[in-house]
Amino acid sequence: MADPQRLDLPHDARDPPPRARDSLWILPLAPTVWALHFLASYVTGAVWCAKVAGYGGPLGDARVLVGIYTAVALAIIALVGMAGWRRHSYGDATAPHDFATAADRHRFLGFATVLLAALSFVATLLVALPAVFTGSCR
Amino acid sequence: MSDDTETRRAAAQAERLLTAWKTPTGWRYWSAVNNSEVGLWYTTVAFAFFFFAGILGLLIRAQLAVPGNDFLDADTYNQVFTLHGTVMMFLFAVPIFEAFSIMILPEMLGARDLPFPRLSAYGFWSFLIGGVFVCGSILFDAAPKGGWFMYPPLTTEYQDGVGVDIWLLGLSFIEVASIAAAVELIVGILKCRPPGMRINLMPLYAWYLLVVAAMILFAFPPLITGDLLFEMQRAFDWPFFDPDRGGDPLLWQHLFWIFGHPEVYIIFLPAIALVATMVPVFARRPIVGYSWIVLAAVGTGFISFGLWVHHMYTTGLPGLTLGFFSAASVAVAIPTGIQIFCFVATALAGRVIASTPMLYVSGALAIFVIGGLTGVMVALAPFDFQVHDTYFIVAHVHYVLVGGVVFPVTGAFYYFYPLAGGKTLSDRLGRIAFWLMFSGFNIAFLPMHLTGLRGMPRRVFTYEGGVGFDVLNLVSSIGAFILAAGFAVFLWDVLRPKGRQPYSPRNPWNAGTLEWLGEMPDKPWGVRSIPVIESRNPLWDQPNLVRDVDAGRFYLPDAEELKRETLVTSILDAEPIQCLRVPGPTFLTMGAAAGTGGVFIFSTYHWWWLAGLSGVLALGMVLTWLWTGTALIPEKPAKDVGLGTTLPLYKSGPQSVGWWAMFITMMGDMTAFAGLVFGYYFYWTIHEDFPPDPAAGPGVAWPLTALGLFLAAWLLTVLARRWNAGGRRQSFFAALGLACLLTVAGTAALATGPAVTGLDPTAHVYPATVWVLVLWVGIHAAVGVVMLLYCIARGFAGKLTPQWDIDIHVVTLFWHFLAVTVLVTVATLAGFPLVA
Repeated sequence: MADPQRLDLPHDARDPPPRARDSLWILPLAPTVWALHFLASYVTGAVWCAKVAGYGGPLGDARVLVGIYTAVALAIIALVGMAGWRRHSYGDATAPHDFATAADRHRFLGFATVLLAALSFVATLLVALPAVFTGSCR
Repeated sequence: MSDDTETRRAAAQAERLLTAWKTPTGWRYWSAVNNSEVGLWYTTVAFAFFFFAGILGLLIRAQLAVPGNDFLDADTYNQVFTLHGTVMMFLFAVPIFEAFSIMILPEMLGARDLPFPRLSAYGFWSFLIGGVFVCGSILFDAAPKGGWFMYPPLTTEYQDGVGVDIWLLGLSFIEVASIAAAVELIVGILKCRPPGMRINLMPLYAWYLLVVAAMILFAFPPLITGDLLFEMQRAFDWPFFDPDRGGDPLLWQHLFWIFGHPEVYIIFLPAIALVATMVPVFARRPIVGYSWIVLAAVGTGFISFGLWVHHMYTTGLPGLTLGFFSAASVAVAIPTGIQIFCFVATALAGRVIASTPMLYVSGALAIFVIGGLTGVMVALAPFDFQVHDTYFIVAHVHYVLVGGVVFPVTGAFYYFYPLAGGKTLSDRLGRIAFWLMFSGFNIAFLPMHLTGLRGMPRRVFTYEGGVGFDVLNLVSSIGAFILAAGFAVFLWDVLRPKGRQPYSPRNPWNAGTLEWLGEMPDKPWGVRSIPVIESRNPLWDQPNLVRDVDAGRFYLPDAEELKRETLVTSILDAEPIQCLRVPGPTFLTMGAAAGTGGVFIFSTYHWWWLAGLSGVLALGMVLTWLWTGTALIPEKPAKDVGLGTTLPLYKSGPQSVGWWAMFITMMGDMTAFAGLVFGYYFYWTIHEDFPPDPAAGPGVAWPLTALGLFLAAWLLTVLARRWNAGGRRQSFFAALGLACLLTVAGTAALATGPAVTGLDPTAHVYPATVWVLVLWVGIHAAVGVVMLLYCIARGFAGKLTPQWDIDIHVVTLFWHFLAVTVLVTVATLAGFPLVA
């Protein structure tokens, strides 16, 4: 692009932008679900052991609660991941999504969302594991 | 137009730009607020503190070189190691990233400056004053000596003197500077990118910085909360950490590490961002896995908040809790590993050019990977039980921080030095320094793993001979001095006279990002004209970019009104939306920092009158700064910024940068408030009778009255904004005036509750917790009233009108947050005793 007068020409003409409005907030969505799941599990365990079972008491229903949180969190993360995947697959361009068009920016946001959802999914599973293997408040 | 005319026009434009962006000379030089000056001062001072803390480190190693040494006595040794850790963490590692980013981020974004240059300058002066205060204490034998995390009850009951207060107040002050930097960086990255630099084309450095700045907002405030509680205990005997009166030292550990662990990543991510900047340049290809690195930055940012309890494995928390944090501590290795693999892949896919910065990057990766692996080891609770508080941890933390921060930063120093000074550093000296540092570091710290496994505890001023520590310690001490020799060579390279050395060629490393547009030596305008970007590496992919930028063929090539201007663009696609006027040199920021510093420093010695006077000085300075430098009404609503584009000079509401700054600041403020509320519920979980039954206070009636008054004030503020916009000026003034009165009444009502029910904050932690929440609301109410009065004054002065109304929008936003604060406070104080 030698002629700067032409730099502001819309490249979007070749790769039409999506109709949906994007937002940067889609990126932190899945990790936020991870964080809420983490916090809820931690608080549940802490309050259960401090107020219900006492030190050394059985975890009982606290484990069930963590299980429910985990199922809900994984479902939401999966939905976010799917929304990301749809954005990533928009049109027919492939990664690395580094063109100067609104469409590629849309795909990039989608792809990064997918990656973050995958990380959050695995991290949520990891955080849930202690509730599988631990039976008491010791 | 003939070539000659065009040349003359361009020269006149350049002349006007130079005049607008001229650096003040003589003693007025220190009034500069431009990013290149402030960034340079910031970097210099941060490195000065680094060398100071490094010398303290050498004193530690000299003392530990042989068993039974009496080079330092126990008390001095405690001060030395406490300051070593504190200064390295708070006065080097965090500030150096702020310093680097203030210096290079605007250049990387092709911006003339960041949106709030005076805020950066204020942050710098705060950092300098606070840092000198904290460091200077050791010269008067008054330094803190409780370790860099200041655990009570050691520091509340067993250590006299002002050392702890110096630590608490000095560092709180510096945290203010960090939050200021966070505001600056977030708004700068999201709103001041060059046209065309869509979010998918942003340099990775900016991505990392965005994540880090957001992390600061959620990590630093809990420590400010902790500092507040701690200082209330030390100064006024409110028993937050005193078990005899219901307090709990563990609350400090929680608040400290909710800050402390993310902080490790707050200093690591910007350094790894430097690696991500340098690796593609020397591999001569674009980075491999750009999206994956964005994933790593954002993912690490989040997961790092789920690790804090791994510093507290041995405090007796339930196994389940340890399990959660252990799992998260292992999970964080995933994104951390991903970015390392991306760097290695980039290097393998390209043709790596041997160079001094790349040498440091390689050394950094090697050392950091070892530190990361021992990190996974200590993330496992059973292993950690064995090595907790031993030299194994000392080795781990140094591998992580030296590999993750010091080596990348030193490499980046070699890399970016031409941008700051126009000259290059010596390759030969750089290599000598590197090998001394690399070998010295490993000789010093590798044996410490073994010293720790053999059982040597950290923070002891000496040890018995003949129990297996002697040789290892001696080797470590020798290594430390070799490491120091490397830094001495580096320091000489930086300081040696370079008068006869020719200027570096432009873009000496042949990099692809915009900061290398600068001429050698650089001009104060940042960039001659703000280019349109179409690539992640515009200098590689956009032919003639440099020529066209220099010829002023892009945006803002001129400063017709001789004012400092930069572009504001949209968040996702960087479409130009505003021409932002940024303020120029002033001493107000220095004065404001001196006033704020006075508040903290005089409070240390309980000189309340002087502290109060300093507070008034700071308030006066800040108000003058705001009055004369912000929300200025432009002489015309819009101007031609070049390339046939006309942009407004004034944007109000959520489109103004000031609104964003307030929003971001209040996110941090809400986090600090959440820390206080966490304290309340924390005490509930550990006590049978918290809140006491029957309730001791503050009752329900007074808090509810307060809530009603505050909500009415909030509603009036919102209405005032609408009435102003609708031109109903008298209603606007009346509403704001009434809101002030209601706020004062509301604060009084909130304080009356605990006062009439006889809650004594020194008697037990329950009344102390109630009072501290009331105090928090009171401080915010006072700020809220000042803001309302400011808007009234601006209205009368004709600086706040129906058309030009940034101020009232920003103040209303503050009031939204204040309303939430009061709501949560009243729900907790009045509501929770009923439920519990």
